[in-house]
Amino acid sequence: MSRWDILWDHRATIIRGFENTLILFSVSSVAAFLLSSAIVLVIQTHRGALSGFFRTIVDGMRMLPFLMYAYILYYGLPSLGIRLDAWTAGFIALITYHAAYFAEILRGTWATLPKGQTEAARAVGFGNLAMYRRVILPQLMLRTAPVLGNQLIVCLKDTAFLMIITVRELTAAASAVQSTYFIPFEAFVVAIALYWLTSMAIEVLVARIGLVAERRGLGYGHVDSRR
Amino acid sequence: MDQAAFSALLAGAWTTAWISAIAIAVGVPLGLALALLREARVPVVGHLIVLYVSLGRATPLVTLVLFIFLAAPLFGFPLDRYTAAVITLILNTAAFNAEVWRAAIRGFPREQVEAARAAGMTRPLYFRRIMLPQIWITSLPGLVNEMTFLIKASPAIAVIGIVDLTRVTNRIAAVTYEPLPPIIAAAVIYMVLISAFVRLQRRLDERAHRLTM
Repeated sequence: MSRWDILWDHRATIIRGFENTLILFSVSSVAAFLLSSAIVLVIQTHRGALSGFFRTIVDGMRMLPFLMYAYILYYGLPSLGIRLDAWTAGFIALITYHAAYFAEILRGTWATLPKGQTEAARAVGFGNLAMYRRVILPQLMLRTAPVLGNQLIVCLKDTAFLMIITVRELTAAASAVQSTYFIPFEAFVVAIALYWLTSMAIEVLVARIGLVAERRGLGYGHVDSRR
Repeated sequence: MDQAAFSALLAGAWTTAWISAIAIAVGVPLGLALALLREARVPVVGHLIVLYVSLGRATPLVTLVLFIFLAAPLFGFPLDRYTAAVITLILNTAAFNAEVWRAAIRGFPREQVEAARAAGMTRPLYFRRIMLPQIWITSLPGLVNEMTFLIKASPAIAVIGIVDLTRVTNRIAAVTYEPLPPIIAAAVIYMVLISAFVRLQRRLDERAHRLTM
């Protein structure tokens, strides 16, 4: 029996790992985006302690390696009496870590939006929240699409770190199959191909959003020309 | 944490630092070579580099380091863990650096090559004296940014048993039964290291902007 046949016989393990990776990635990236939108609203519209607090968290988080952060949640917190299982720790780590990166991307772009927009929105009676949801956030999403896309790929790759805190995702599945049957080449080539396909799917999606942005005159080149 | 824990922590930090430093020292010029080869528009080589960069951007370091460490012996290249870790980080960072260099090469004004040719400069001389000193300054902020990403991704090498700044916290906790203090201490060391790079990047960015003004 060839090595590829062995891998094919154990495809169920790999597929389950891939499903777990996709679940971790999709749930975390959507939740991280929602969380980051809320954080940016606070940072940009509140003056005072809360805004400063979030800015510090966002800056600090971006100086921490993802695995170190996952270690704090999974191995560190039990010392304080907070015991999380690997999946919960993994989700919390992915969501809050990437929310910090998304928040920084959105905040940076908001700063480049023309001030007149906010004034016009207020003049026609928009409150903070309605203005953010209807005027600011849609523009930020369209304008930052390429950068957000890169960050989404980082988020996808960070799911692999979670195998170290015992989450059974794709790399852990490939590692389990290879160690039992000693087929490291085949197992990891398949894993890498699956990560690659997923990241290309993300890029296609981001390019679609880019087209919408271009049609509405919010393209990437447009942002640069205004600076 | 006692004296032994502190020296273990420093040893872990040193492991992270020297492995990352080698990866940066090789990955930056390798990225430039890849970018130049790609811009030279050699038919097959160009496509291979595009494929390499695309794969490099999409592959998690944890997966790549396991692949290289475990699969290389099958092809007659048994690697020790440290060599496997260094090769992995080089392959990864070179893909990202190639993109930074390529952006600088593409944005480089054409008039300069024409002027250099008119003055009788050969292509290699033009590259060394005119182009490289300028694209070096415009690329450096981006390259330093990639260095921070490399350091943040480097804990992946712990998966093949290297006791770096991340994994050393497990070792210390196994003795003291107190995981939180070493983890916090390691996190602080990472933050100090990375914030130094971020400050450096800001300063280099200002210099690059002055050049393009």
